[in-house]
Amino acid sequence: MAVELDVFVGNTTIMDEEVYQLWLDGYTVNDAVRARMEGGVLDEFDATADVLLSDTMDQYRTFQMCERLLHSPAKLANQLLFQIPPHRQTMLIERYYAFDDVFVREVLGKKLSKGTKKDLDDISAKTGVTLKSCRRQFDNFKRIFKVVEELKGPLVENIRQHFLLSDKLARDYAAIVFFANNRFETGKKKLQYITFQDFAFCAGQLINNWTVGAVGEGLCKTKNNMVEDMDVDLDKEFLQELKELKVLITDKDLLDQHKSLVCTALRGKTKAFNEMEANFKNLSRGLVNIATKLTNTKDVRDFFIDLVEKFIEPCRSDRWTAADVKLYLTHYTNSAHILDTFKHQVVWDRYMGVIKSCIFKMYHD
Amino acid sequence: MPGKLKAKIVAGRHLPVMDRASDLTDAFVEVKFGNTTFKTDVCPKSLNPQWNSEWFKFEVDDEDLQDEPLQITVLDHDTYSANDAIGKVYIDIDPLLCTEAASIISGWFPIYDTIHGIRGEINVLVKVELFNDLNRFRQSSCGVKFFCTTSIPYSYRAVMVHGFVEELVVNEDPEYQWIDRIRTPRASNEARQRLISLMSGELQRKIGLKVLEMGGNAVVGYLQCFDLEGESGLVVRAIGTACTLEKFSSGSASITCPHPSTAPPSNACNSPKDGKESPLAHGCRSTHNSPVHSACSSQRLSQNFSVSVPTLIFTGMGSGGSAGKEAGPLKTLLRQQTQTTLEQREFPFFTLTSFPPGFLVHVGGVVSARSVKLLDRIHNPDEPETRDAWWEEIRQEIKSHAKALGCHAVVGYSENTSICEEVCILSASGTAAILNPRYMREGCLDVGSIDHRFDDPSPPNCGFCHIPYDELNMPFPAQLAYCYQCRRQKVPDVLFTTIDLPAEAAVTGKGCLIQARLCRLKKKAQGEVNATAISNLLPFMEYELHTQLMNKLKLRSMNALFGLHIQISVGENMLLGLASATGVYLTALPAPGGIQIAGKTPGDLNNEQHVAAIQKRINDAIAKNKELYQINPPELTDEGVGSPIPEPRQRSRIFRSHSESSDELSELDLSHGKKDAFVLEIDDTDAVEDIHSLLTDAPPPAGFHSCSTETMPGIYNWTSGIQMFTSVRVLRLNNTNLTNQGLNKIFTDLCENLLKSFYFKLRSTVPCCLCHLNFTVAVPEEELVQVSVTAVAMTFDKDQNQEKPPEKATTKGGSETEDQLQFPLELSADSSSTSPQPSKISGVAENTIVSTRAVSVDYGSFADRCSTWLELLRLKAHTIRRGSVKTSRRTQSLAHSVSSLEHCSPLPEGRSRSLCSSRSFGVGSVTMVKMTPLSFLPGTRIIKYLGIINMFFIRETTSLREEGGVSGFLHSFIAEVFAMVRAHVAALGGNAVVSYSMKDCVLMENPNKNQAQCLINVSGDAVICVRETDQEQTTNTGQTCGTIDGAT
Repeated sequence: MAVELDVFVGNTTIMDEEVYQLWLDGYTVNDAVRARMEGGVLDEFDATADVLLSDTMDQYRTFQMCERLLHSPAKLANQLLFQIPPHRQTMLIERYYAFDDVFVREVLGKKLSKGTKKDLDDISAKTGVTLKSCRRQFDNFKRIFKVVEELKGPLVENIRQHFLLSDKLARDYAAIVFFANNRFETGKKKLQYITFQDFAFCAGQLINNWTVGAVGEGLCKTKNNMVEDMDVDLDKEFLQELKELKVLITDKDLLDQHKSLVCTALRGKTKAFNEMEANFKNLSRGLVNIATKLTNTKDVRDFFIDLVEKFIEPCRSDRWTAADVKLYLTHYTNSAHILDTFKHQVVWDRYMGVIKSCIFKMYHD
Repeated sequence: MPGKLKAKIVAGRHLPVMDRASDLTDAFVEVKFGNTTFKTDVCPKSLNPQWNSEWFKFEVDDEDLQDEPLQITVLDHDTYSANDAIGKVYIDIDPLLCTEAASIISGWFPIYDTIHGIRGEINVLVKVELFNDLNRFRQSSCGVKFFCTTSIPYSYRAVMVHGFVEELVVNEDPEYQWIDRIRTPRASNEARQRLISLMSGELQRKIGLKVLEMGGNAVVGYLQCFDLEGESGLVVRAIGTACTLEKFSSGSASITCPHPSTAPPSNACNSPKDGKESPLAHGCRSTHNSPVHSACSSQRLSQNFSVSVPTLIFTGMGSGGSAGKEAGPLKTLLRQQTQTTLEQREFPFFTLTSFPPGFLVHVGGVVSARSVKLLDRIHNPDEPETRDAWWEEIRQEIKSHAKALGCHAVVGYSENTSICEEVCILSASGTAAILNPRYMREGCLDVGSIDHRFDDPSPPNCGFCHIPYDELNMPFPAQLAYCYQCRRQKVPDVLFTTIDLPAEAAVTGKGCLIQARLCRLKKKAQGEVNATAISNLLPFMEYELHTQLMNKLKLRSMNALFGLHIQISVGENMLLGLASATGVYLTALPAPGGIQIAGKTPGDLNNEQHVAAIQKRINDAIAKNKELYQINPPELTDEGVGSPIPEPRQRSRIFRSHSESSDELSELDLSHGKKDAFVLEIDDTDAVEDIHSLLTDAPPPAGFHSCSTETMPGIYNWTSGIQMFTSVRVLRLNNTNLTNQGLNKIFTDLCENLLKSFYFKLRSTVPCCLCHLNFTVAVPEEELVQVSVTAVAMTFDKDQNQEKPPEKATTKGGSETEDQLQFPLELSADSSSTSPQPSKISGVAENTIVSTRAVSVDYGSFADRCSTWLELLRLKAHTIRRGSVKTSRRTQSLAHSVSSLEHCSPLPEGRSRSLCSSRSFGVGSVTMVKMTPLSFLPGTRIIKYLGIINMFFIRETTSLREEGGVSGFLHSFIAEVFAMVRAHVAALGGNAVVSYSMKDCVLMENPNKNQAQCLINVSGDAVICVRETDQEQTTNTGQTCGTIDGAT
């Protein structure tokens, strides 16, 4: 005697959020049943394991049928097959596109290609996220990447509109797309301590300040319409202009003047003053060099590793506190304005604004 | 040209990719009606094409408008090879033919393909312009409204209830025609879908004609079924109740039948619809024997006839006797009138299950008849139509059963079939009743004036419980008592019915779902041998099911069943029986006695102890159930005053059949009426199992209730949350050496587990009640058992669930005017107003052994219908005859007068049809469409009926594994069917479907070939409903209905 067929279809599609999560997490039906039993559903409701199995199978089938629609969430709203109240639709989409930070950290900045997909096995083993879930997350990245790649307009807004995601999630995806597009190196050992949320913050800074779209409201409104991928690619012109900052380290007078201005401002305000004074030239050289090299794609990729190697690590070895870093960078940035021979204030601010906030975010253990 | 049909193809969306190279589709649309086809332009390279076509105009007869669906085919243009079909949409335009229903069809329809399922959506506009042609009603019956709802629809008033209408149409099944061997599955499926759509259109039109002929303007309780008889053809049949409905308050003139003279009484009711029915109308059965009858079956028939003879006596005396008893001359007059009115009718049957107040006077009990037939394989177009004759025969039987119960009408009437290979079981059942003639009198449409004369003081709310038959000449020795409410008239101790609980009925405590399940093995056989074997088993099955019901009812301390539905399904090697009903404690009826176990050998001490132990368990269960269902009937102090109730002789026993198979039948002593034939013998292992199964029926978990009727007696404060669902489960019996007991256990577990699953899935909606739990069983293959269930979970407010809403209380109060004078009201009040006192149940005499007559499984009569019952059942003619199917569509000559029908036109001139632009296709939101098997949606008011939904779909796959096996296949198919129903309703401007039902779900699978096929037939009424609080009628009511979310 065996159950040959067992289905339950509601006019309003019945979906259990708990089972949905298990499905998203890549549990097999049997594992899900076990997890639910351990979760105590049976205790609070008098039911047998058979009932649980039958329910889980039904739900899994429903999710599988819905998955096709979830790939283009806009369809979910005007498809006719499943009658799902709007707030449930939002939940389904939001959860489907949710991802594990540990997983995304592994693929961040990597090319979203098939070659990488083969590595998913390893990532799954490393992170403990099931392979199925890894696949879903990876496919989500790829899908969103592919769609927004071809779209004009602000990245976050595009993601939010096309995938009906919450603002937070849309921003995270924007970061992922941005990292993937620019192929930022995040996998090096030195960068391991940086979380996805740190990177996402930095990506937000870069998108908002260093891309063509970023200046849309201000300077180059006319250029906008001609440029595609305005949020995804860094502003080439700006990168070119960054070369001008070199004068801060190549001109010895300027460098000394800058140093003395910063040291005057810092004196007595921090315990690390001596280290700051001693390292000033080194640190300044590091930051400016990063700026001047950003025209090379290779160096753009190494942006974060450079920040760590050239600035964060030296500071850390000198045991600067986060407050010290903040103090230092604030004065370092502001003092440049007083340099009378330094003409590139606007570019300097645009550059240092991002650098400052990125370093703040990244400066932790 | 009486009509112009106009269709416009606007756009498509979510189309599938048809061209792999470009990942796009070059779609165009063919619009076909009758033999005319139009095409749109090709919209190249788009998955979301915008055609925005011109209006395609079809000039057609309104007869075709009724029969034909509008067929829309979406294709992919291919320059080099044949165009590929993407899918189709069939649109039934019948709702547009009725002024009151929808005026335009506009919306997104799923594009459906029988192989691939739903493939995108198409936006279509459809309108109809009917010309005011004098010949409008030549063959058509445009304007007659159809309702699946088995009660008078909301916002309508029944001016007159004309009675039973039936029709059937036969055709060859395209699937079985030789040409299909070379057709593709898709072509075959589409041919079938189209044919059935045509046949049901034709059927509806013909029924409509009959209604017009009777002078009515609507069919209520319309029930259409398909019999897939395989090689012998396809039968589409329908029954319904013809009515003259009038819309409340506004614009009623447009629908009421304007002139009584248009339908002369003699003509309307008595006139034979076609030649062969006439002899039956005069009660002469012999003449209607078709030439196919074998000598044997004729003989059986005559036997049956002789059994029916007492019927006549009962009827005659019944009316005379009880009239005198009941209320004097006025009532006699009333009764006589009713009877003459009703007896003029061929079949005084009503498919309604709930009635306007005062309509139902008395209820006798359940009447049912079954007949086993052999479907003939031979096609002979010259052979006379046999299907009609078969049903005639069954209906005659039902009619005579009703008579035997002293009733002149049958309400809650339904018919169904079960087919396995060439054997077909035809079943009909209903509830014998006496109705108030006011709604039926011919030529008397003006209810207001004349009728007051006969208006008997509106019957007390216990009136329907009073026996309709004569006490001194009862059709069976039932146990009678004076009504516990009015104390004036007699009531039976148990009442079984197929109808819903009347609104005015007083109920103690809550009700619950009661099911009897039964399996019987049968030898595989062919032809007549097989049919005989089935015929022999049927009476035993009926009997056992009934016994189970009775025991379970008593175990729950209840005394009445409502909404009883018994289904017997035939398979190659077994018969399945499933009876579902809602058990209640009717305050008017005596308290049920307990259940007593008796040992076979009284001397044995061990045995005695065993018996005592079981007896204790049963008593405990009864006590527990009383508490669970809050059954605390008021204790009666004046018990037995003036009552001729005999001394309590014995308590009810576990009813059991002696024999499990027909082989033992001969050993039965069938002659005794009062012998204790069904004492439970405890050393019989089967009996022990029976008790166990009796005791193991789990009650629903806390917070849940369930019932098979529309609403749960005892729960009145519904909130607006509903969740309709369909569930199908198929079990494969691997063990071939199963016994009846083993099989019973499996079947019972299957049903119980299904219920448990529902409770679990819906656990987040508690407190809620699963209403209208409708189980359908089938044996699709030798070792498969299929159970399909459609039901609705409705939430209610737990805090006040003890109270009836005030308006109910007032109706109740008003209907009691007379009796209040003599009897304390507390007796009739429901449990909330009376102080609950545990009552002694043993005081009431419980049972007698009763001989029920003949085939009439007169459940209502309640008794231990044992030996006599069986004996008579054996005599019953389960006639086996060889029938044949006509190979062409049946042509029927229908007499009707054109001139009279002209006046009947329900369509007023210059009807306004406005294009409702507000709800056209738009971006995003899809209208939420609620679906329910009930006739109402709690918390909302139905403001408009938009027409009947009657859809038939076939789905087939050749990649079963890829679609997730049979479960995946069926899951998506059911979801697709829901989606298509919702889309049609939304396109009509509606936001809900009421009285939804899934009539058929036939699944065939062949996993080895990776194939499966499924047929589903659904129906319901499309409506617009608004929140009860909303005063304004809005067309865009999509937001008014809340929904239950899924489990959280």
